[in-house]
Amino acid sequence: MALLEVFGITKSFGKTKVLKGINFSLEKGNVLSIIGSSGSGKTTLLRCLNFLETPDTGIICVDGEKIFDASTAKKLKESEIRQNRLRFGLVFQSFNLFPQYNVLDNLTLAPKLRINEKNLSPEEKKQELEHITQHALELLNRVGLSDKADFYPCQLSGGQQQRVAIARALALSPDILCFDEPTSALDPELTGEVLKVIKDLKSENTTMIVVTHEMDFARNVSDTIMFMADGVIEEMGTPEQIFDHPQSPKTHAFLNKSFENF
Amino acid sequence: MGFWDVTKNLLSGFEQTCLIFALTLVLALPLGLVIAFGSMSKFKPLSYLTKVFVWIIRGVPLMLQVMIVFYVPGFLFGTPLLPRFWAVIAAFVINYACYFSEIYRGGIESISKSQYEAGEVLGLTKSQIFFKIVLLQVIKRILAPMSNEIITLVKDTALARIILVAEIIKEAENFIAYGLVWPLFYTAVFYLIFVGVLTLLFGFFEKKLDYFKA
Ligand SMILES: Nc1ncnc2c1ncn2[C@@H]1O[C@H](COP(=O)(O)OP(=O)(O)OP(=O)(O)O)[C@@H](O)[C@H]1O
Ligand SMILES: [Mg+2]
Repeated sequence: MALLEVFGITKSFGKTKVLKGINFSLEKGNVLSIIGSSGSGKTTLLRCLNFLETPDTGIICVDGEKIFDASTAKKLKESEIRQNRLRFGLVFQSFNLFPQYNVLDNLTLAPKLRINEKNLSPEEKKQELEHITQHALELLNRVGLSDKADFYPCQLSGGQQQRVAIARALALSPDILCFDEPTSALDPELTGEVLKVIKDLKSENTTMIVVTHEMDFARNVSDTIMFMADGVIEEMGTPEQIFDHPQSPKTHAFLNKSFENF
Repeated sequence: MGFWDVTKNLLSGFEQTCLIFALTLVLALPLGLVIAFGSMSKFKPLSYLTKVFVWIIRGVPLMLQVMIVFYVPGFLFGTPLLPRFWAVIAAFVINYACYFSEIYRGGIESISKSQYEAGEVLGLTKSQIFFKIVLLQVIKRILAPMSNEIITLVKDTALARIILVAEIIKEAENFIAYGLVWPLFYTAVFYLIFVGVLTLLFGFFEKKLDYFKA
């Protein structure tokens, strides 16, 4: 069974229909890259998965569990939404680190706040807190920033900030990690270090959804490519199918234009 | 009357000045936050009402507001509602809360939506996001305008004199009856020291928050 199943997601802003019925599934450990021209609804889809937008219709299941159903969504309590959204992590284009916290605290802030919500004895709490810090340090090591634990975001380069943001999302151990154009705000020479981290995550079997304009990266790292156009999935398939043998004329046109630019 | 006698008298007036300052600050700082949330409310009638209120309070001279709070209940009911000192506090608190609310509002609205969203996707509650993520960034941004406003408050306390509250200027004026004018100018020293201390204090806070950019 697929880890993530999405059925019939639609979303409008006022009169504009931005998502017009999105269906797809994603296997555990697989990487899905979403490509498509500006305004096709890629960000909106990711935001729906992360509960930053509420879809008008549709169902989202993770691990066979229905975590969102538009027909009953209004009845969900805030605490349930918060629980469900932790199934997903989201890495933003603009990093969005918390400027007043150092790197380590950026990673541990949310997990530590969650500990407070549980009813733990002081002893258990102390252990959990130590565990959180330990986990955070391991994650920093994984993104190659062990030596920056007590730096503040303003002291880091864009690429380093984005790697911290990835580690921060991983600190809550989401089932599915989403990226919205993680390298678009970076100078070209810094994109490599971030893409490498994502590649490493792939080799550790992290399930990921990546919205990207980096076509070479998408081809290399993805199990599946989704091409979106005007709020629908125009075409979906393996990198070979999409990049080498696109069926839809829209896909064809988009790819031609993308590769022309490089 | 010698220098020390004058100083002693002025100090008792200065005590009133400090009391007006401290009470206004302690009450107006939180009230301003309430007004700020009112004017940012999604419930439109509340937000309009708050904005009109702020407009009126900021649009009328504080001196007039002090007189209104003290004298108008007297005209209406034949007796003042509040003793002089508390009339001053009431007028000052309302006035400064409105100024503070606008500074708060500017600060809160200047924090980008993405900071809230980053907190949301990490599963934080609305209040955790406000207190753990947004608040310190807001404080850093409003520190300079707030220190301006608070330094203005020090000098505005002199307006209490208009309804004969014995703050420092009023105390100094009493000496004119004895033919002494210099105590009035001497009060400036007290204000300068007070403002000097505040300036150092705000400088210290600004330095404290220098470690991050927001
Ligand atoms: N909050 C909003 N209110 C109104 N319209 C919106 C909102 N968010 C997105 N849209 C509209 O929805 C459409 C899809 O936007 P979206 O950001 O999902 O596109 P995208 O595929 O991510 O584009 P890009 O490649 O430029 O990031 C756009 O036309 C956009 O103007
Ligand atoms: Mg986008």
